[in-house]
Amino acid sequence: MDGQAIIRVQNLTKKFESVTAVNDISFTVDRGEIFAFLGPNGAGKSTTIKMLTTLLRPTGGTVSINGFDPARQQDEARRSFGIVFQDPSLDDELTAWENLEFHGVLYGVPKELRRKRIDELLGFVELTERKDHLIKTFSGGMKRRLEIARGLIHHPKILFLDEPTLGLDPQTRNHIWDYLKRLNKEENMTVFFTTHYMEEADRAAARIAVIDHGTIVASDTSANLKAQTHTTNLEDAFLALTGNVIRDEEASGTDRLRAHAAIWRGGRR
Amino acid sequence: MNAIYILWLRQLKRYFRAKSRIVGSIGQPLLFLVALGFGLGPVYAAAGGGNYIEFLAPGIIAMGILFTAIFSGIQIIWDRQFGFLKETLVAPVSRLQIMLGQTVGGATVALLQGIIVFGLTLIVGFRPENWAMVPVAFFFATFVALLFTALGVAIASMLDDMQGFQLIMNFIVMPLFFLSGALFPIKNLPEALLIIVRFNPLSYGVDGLRDALTGVTQFGMGIDILILGAITAVLLFVGSWLFSKVQV
Repeated sequence: MDGQAIIRVQNLTKKFESVTAVNDISFTVDRGEIFAFLGPNGAGKSTTIKMLTTLLRPTGGTVSINGFDPARQQDEARRSFGIVFQDPSLDDELTAWENLEFHGVLYGVPKELRRKRIDELLGFVELTERKDHLIKTFSGGMKRRLEIARGLIHHPKILFLDEPTLGLDPQTRNHIWDYLKRLNKEENMTVFFTTHYMEEADRAAARIAVIDHGTIVASDTSANLKAQTHTTNLEDAFLALTGNVIRDEEASGTDRLRAHAAIWRGGRR
Repeated sequence: MNAIYILWLRQLKRYFRAKSRIVGSIGQPLLFLVALGFGLGPVYAAAGGGNYIEFLAPGIIAMGILFTAIFSGIQIIWDRQFGFLKETLVAPVSRLQIMLGQTVGGATVALLQGIIVFGLTLIVGFRPENWAMVPVAFFFATFVALLFTALGVAIASMLDDMQGFQLIMNFIVMPLFFLSGALFPIKNLPEALLIIVRFNPLSYGVDGLRDALTGVTQFGMGIDILILGAITAVLLFVGSWLFSKVQV
């Protein structure tokens, strides 16, 4: 086994009542690597991320996050990673600063260090001037930037990003990736992300895994994936690997509630 | 400990920021006090019951606490909807601490609401029999607040979305309030109704509050404390257990 893998997944399986969402997948991510995890809707991406980040218990297989088992050593594993969820997860009624403070306290970062890092990170994502504004006045891009800052307060070894740039304009997207690459280089922080933007994966990721129907269908560098599928760009390689059928995802109660709330709030996210 | 504190602080900040919610939450108890208190007062007095406002005030204080407490507990559903719950669940903090922070925060908000309603009762003419007993009333109010916030958390942990909300209002919150002796004396009630009232934990909260504020009691303060304490402990336990099963 290579000693430098920071995420190690072996034969990971998750079964819900009648469906197998994740079926016997194995992969490793090296320390300091930027790793893209791609797949069509409902392929098992989010379920896998939930298992890696202690939110779901696997049905079978083993996971190691920075040397810890997320099912058994939850707190140690949780301190090792930061996460930016697919959906916004800030408290709208609190200010930017308060959201960061809340996170820092939950992660047990000592007060002085916490305040120092919050100041730094607010500057880093260019939100210092807005720090005392309520989140409900923020745009989607500002919320995203703040969530990334929040995920970094406890100096995680790994940053999970579930579709971090969904719905953002190219300017904001580039901005965010500049930060992430810088952090990756300067802090040797491992970045694990999912996205539907193929050119984003192509540009940022050292290695790419493609998951479909709960199994990993390919895992390699972008160049090798293209060579393997005899295609010239990653999007075509992705389609060659996963087919052209459009996937349907069942909406959960939470999704329905969100849709409802979006209508009430005039569709503002 | 710090985690519980920050969760508590969050609830207070949210409460004080929602000015419209505070103003709105004054409307209902005020309406009950004025419409029922003054509307039924003459009938109550004619039936030999005495001053109805005096009887009603502790019940309406309990109502204010009950409603706010259940809503504060149920707020977890909204936290789930707006994604904030996930942020707390992936933090290196036990579910028990999160549940306790949520419950203590919600209960504090409910207590503040109870104090506001107490102020309203003073405005419509209610006077505690003995001001030295007001801290005892506060003690009962704390139990009622904790008990029903824990109940709210337990219910929220079982619900996936707000669809069940009307159900909770009509089949849990309203019956708890109406069948608690908050509005009418429970002696001489039909047997069936009396049994229901006796199984309702709010009855003991109302009775304790009424005893502390007016010196009138049905069950006696000892029984009130015993039952409220026991049910609060059970609900905190059940709420924590259900909350520990929540998946996002």
